[in-house]
Amino acid sequence: MSLSIIESCVNCWACLPVCPSDAIYDARPHFMIDAGKCTECEGDFAQPQCASICPIEGAILDHFGEAMNPPGSLTGIPPEKLAEAMAEIQAR
Amino acid sequence: MELMVLGQEKNEDKPAGGCSAGSCGSTDDQVNRLPDHIREKVENHPCYSEKAHHYFARMHVAVAPACNIQCHYCNRKYDCANESRPGVVSELLTPAQAVKKTMAVAANIPQMTVLGIAGPGDPLANPERTFETFRELSEKAPDIKLCVSTNGLALPDAVDELAKHNIDHVTITINCVDPEVGAKIYPWIYWNNRRIKGVKAAKILIEQQQKGLEMLVERGILVKVNSVLIPGVNDEHLKEVSRIVKAKGAFLHNVMPLIAEAEHGTFYGVMGQRGPSPEELSDLQDACAGDMNMMRHCRQCRADAVGMLGEDRGEEFTMDKIEDMEIDYAEAMVRRAAVHQSIARALAEEEGRAAPAGINVPATSRPVLMAVATTGSGVINQHFGHAREFLVYEASPAGVRFIGHRKADQYCIGDDTCGEKESALTTTIRALSGCEVVLCSKIGFEPWDELEKAGIRPNGEHAMEPIEEAVAAVYEEMGAAGMLAENAAAAAA
Repeated sequence: MSLSIIESCVNCWACLPVCPSDAIYDARPHFMIDAGKCTECEGDFAQPQCASICPIEGAILDHFGEAMNPPGSLTGIPPEKLAEAMAEIQAR
Repeated sequence: MELMVLGQEKNEDKPAGGCSAGSCGSTDDQVNRLPDHIREKVENHPCYSEKAHHYFARMHVAVAPACNIQCHYCNRKYDCANESRPGVVSELLTPAQAVKKTMAVAANIPQMTVLGIAGPGDPLANPERTFETFRELSEKAPDIKLCVSTNGLALPDAVDELAKHNIDHVTITINCVDPEVGAKIYPWIYWNNRRIKGVKAAKILIEQQQKGLEMLVERGILVKVNSVLIPGVNDEHLKEVSRIVKAKGAFLHNVMPLIAEAEHGTFYGVMGQRGPSPEELSDLQDACAGDMNMMRHCRQCRADAVGMLGEDRGEEFTMDKIEDMEIDYAEAMVRRAAVHQSIARALAEEEGRAAPAGINVPATSRPVLMAVATTGSGVINQHFGHAREFLVYEASPAGVRFIGHRKADQYCIGDDTCGEKESALTTTIRALSGCEVVLCSKIGFEPWDELEKAGIRPNGEHAMEPIEEAVAAVYEEMGAAGMLAENAAAAAA
């Protein structure tokens, strides 16, 4: 049982100090979670701490590979609106 | 009069930095309205004194990447070397690297008096990295003032530690005092090991900010409040914010315009929230000014900016470049003290000059905005084509006052890889909207014609003259030419 960090991570450090299990480490191209140490915060906190502070939607996955913070859940930007804006910028 | 000299007070039992003299020769109205004990602390701080920002430089070190809240004007993903706005940074530093960089910059740019930690996240959400940097610097470079900028969430817990490191200036970003307004600005906070959203989150953040402000004031630590003006969200509300923070003892309020472009990927950028026009910003600052000392020269610089406000010399001090620099800081401090002394002399001379005997125009003359190209030192000394920003002054029968600045280039420079292309001149002319005159040291024929077509008169006749005097002189000329009657604006154009 472990969470994982994927490539959309921006290495902002927010998660590292809040992990109660010292499972997160500074790696490149992005931070990583040591699956052997991660407890998903069970027994320590009601919610996994890394996923509670991470500002990037989709950067942390649960043990099923699902995004802990799905698109739109943190920024409030509807995913279709973001796609529209990005397409417009690409077209310039 | 005794003059302030930074660096000479390092052996006294005073906090590092700070000014021990009674007056340092500022003629700055905004600073002169402050009580003496505060004035002494801000006179050589470019971010706090409009006068000082013509002479002194500042730097930020990007040691604090983590953040504990989300703001709708911020995107933690974005990093572009061509951009200048808060939260953007090219190179994250360890505390040891930050100390080395600060000392390298201090040795090479002796007029650098202030080191700030402003992110790119929240400095107090990275307390170990932030305080290690402050601790080392207060020992190794006692002639540098230390300050910190925070969203306030973790501030109450950090106040004692801040006081310990002789940090006598703290900036808190306070965009609201009403949680309903706050919920439109902050989507979430990380608080007591949970992510909290909506009005509940905003309420906690506001309480922490206000508590932090009160605790700092109690301990005699200077507090400046930054607010981001977001039209339709907190514009009217900021007048109340200004009243409240002033009543609680903040010494300066800095209302900054929202920066929001879709390409920044922020909530406001993508959702099409507009920023305020220069006129809207200026009007709100005027509306708050009755209650508060307002700051109008903020440049909203990057979390790794280096140099005078409005310039960024960060490229000269990247980690690979400073690795090779040999810094003898004891020797540098002597040189820095000499430079600070000569600046203090220049400021005293400026103060010594007889105040302009009022402006000689009819009392009913309409006010006029003029843009000025300057590289600093309070004089008109920059070629029009070299100016990346212009200072805007308002001349009226009451005198000449500084209004703000306008960026001549876009936040993004707009090369082929980055957004729309637009001629630099067109952009500059648009940025100068509302100004009738632009004062510079020199200007080419092509921009001269284009400016005149746009109704802005270029003027290179006052090169190397003090800004306020030149603006007053041009205003008087306009008066003599009959251009200042109430309805003469169209004729002047």
